[in-house]
Amino acid sequence: MHLETFAKGDSPLHCLDPRAKLVAAAAYSLVVGLGTTLALGWAALGVALAAVLVARLPLGSVARRLGAVNLFMALLWVMLPLRLVPAPASFWGLSWEWDPAGLRLAGVITLKANAIALVLMALLATSTINDLFHALAHLRVPTKLVQIFLFFYRYLHVLHQEYHRLTQAMRARGFAPGNNLHTYRSYAHLAGVLLVRSYDRAQRVYQAMLCRGYTGTLWLLDHFTWGSRENLFLVISSLIIAALSWLALESSTWT
Amino acid sequence: MHISEGVLSAPVLASGAAVAAAGLAVGLKKLDYDRLPQVGILAAGFFVASLVHVPIGPTKAHLVLNGLLGLLLGWAAFPAIFVGLALQAVLFQYGGLTTLGVNTTSMALPAVVVYLLFSRLAQGQGRLAWVAGFGAGFLGILFSALMVSGALAASGEAFSSVARLVIVAHVPIMFVEGILTAVIVAFLGRVRPAMLGGASPGVSKEAGR
Repeated sequence: MHLETFAKGDSPLHCLDPRAKLVAAAAYSLVVGLGTTLALGWAALGVALAAVLVARLPLGSVARRLGAVNLFMALLWVMLPLRLVPAPASFWGLSWEWDPAGLRLAGVITLKANAIALVLMALLATSTINDLFHALAHLRVPTKLVQIFLFFYRYLHVLHQEYHRLTQAMRARGFAPGNNLHTYRSYAHLAGVLLVRSYDRAQRVYQAMLCRGYTGTLWLLDHFTWGSRENLFLVISSLIIAALSWLALESSTWT
Repeated sequence: MHISEGVLSAPVLASGAAVAAAGLAVGLKKLDYDRLPQVGILAAGFFVASLVHVPIGPTKAHLVLNGLLGLLLGWAAFPAIFVGLALQAVLFQYGGLTTLGVNTTSMALPAVVVYLLFSRLAQGQGRLAWVAGFGAGFLGILFSALMVSGALAASGEAFSSVARLVIVAHVPIMFVEGILTAVIVAFLGRVRPAMLGGASPGVSKEAGR
C-alpha cells in the first residue's frame, strides 16, 4: 500500500514548511467550504488549479483522484433538482418535483468540492505524512492525539500486509464471496483475526517501548525552519484567501 | 459515509466540530499513556477491516464496524475514528478538513452510545454476546445514518430527498453489520475476552509490567 504518491518532488510547494501549508489549507477550506456563490466556486477552482500546477503534480493521477470525489457529486446532480413534495393523490403520499434551483446548487457544490480537493493535494499531499505529524505536534496539537496518529499510520501498512496474507489464504482454499451466511461468517472471522492480531501487536509494541524507557513523552526529531519563503507564501495565500472571502460575502445577484 | 466538502451549512459544520472536539477531549482525557499504542494500532486494524467488501444483493458495501469499535475502545472511539478520517482527507481527499468534525461525530458518537448500551452485555456468555453484537452493529449504522441524514436535512430544504435516500440505502447495511458484528463479538469472546473489556482492556496486567 503506497499512499504518499505526491510527497516526492522539488516544486516550491514541496519545499515549504508543512506548518505554513497546514495553516493555509485549513483557512482555504473554511472560506471556500462556507461560500455559496458560483463566482466564489469558479475563483476557488482557478486558485486550486494554479496551486496544482505550481506543485507540478502528475495530472493523470490528480484526475483519477478527482474522479472519486465526483462520484458523490453525480448523486447530487440527480437528487438536488428532484424534490419530494407532498401529493395526497399518489400512493405514497409523495411525488417528485423538478426544481431547477437544485442544479445551480449542485454546480456550486461541485466547484467547491473539486477546488478544495485540489488544494489539499497541492498543499498537504506534497508533504510526507511524517512531516505533517511533526508539524501538528509543533502547532501544539495534543501529544496524545499525535502519538495515536503515529502508531496508527505506522501499523496501517503492517496490518494491510496481514490483511493481504489472510485474504490470499482464503482464496487459496477456494473461498468465493456470495450472498450467503457462509460469506458473512468468513468475512467476520477475517475481521476478527485482523483485530486480534492488531491487539496482540499493540501489546508487543508497548512492551518493546517500555524496554526503551517510554514514559509518554514524544520526542520530536524533525524541526522545521521558518524562512522568508514561508513568509512570502503566507502573504500570498492570505491575499488570495482575503479575495475569496470577499467573493463569498459579495451578494450573488449576478451569478 | 463521508460527507464531502462544500455541502453542509455553517451551523451544521460548527456543531459537528464542537461535538467532535468535546468527544476528542473526553476520549483523550480518559486515555492513559500506556494505552496509546493500543488505540492507534487497533484504529489501524479497523481501518484495514473496512477494506473488506461484503456482497449485499447485487452490490457490495464496505464494512464500517463503528459499533464494534465502540465496544472495544469506548470513549477512545473519538480519537480512533478521527485519525482514520483525517488521514483519508489528507491522502485521498475523501471528506475534507471542514467536514472532519461532522464526519467524526456521525461515526464516533454512535460508537460511544453503543459502548454505553452493550459493553456489559458483550462480555456475557453465549446468546447474550450474540444479542449485544447484533445490537451494536445494527445500531451503530442506524445512528450514523440518522446523523448523516440529519446533517444534510439541517443544511437546507434542497437536501431533503438526499437525506431520505441515505437512510433507505443503509437499511441492508444495518442488518449485514449486525450479523457480522455478532459473529466477531462471539469470536473475540472465545479467543481474546480481554478485548471486550471496553474501557480498560488489561494491557498492563497481561504485559506483567
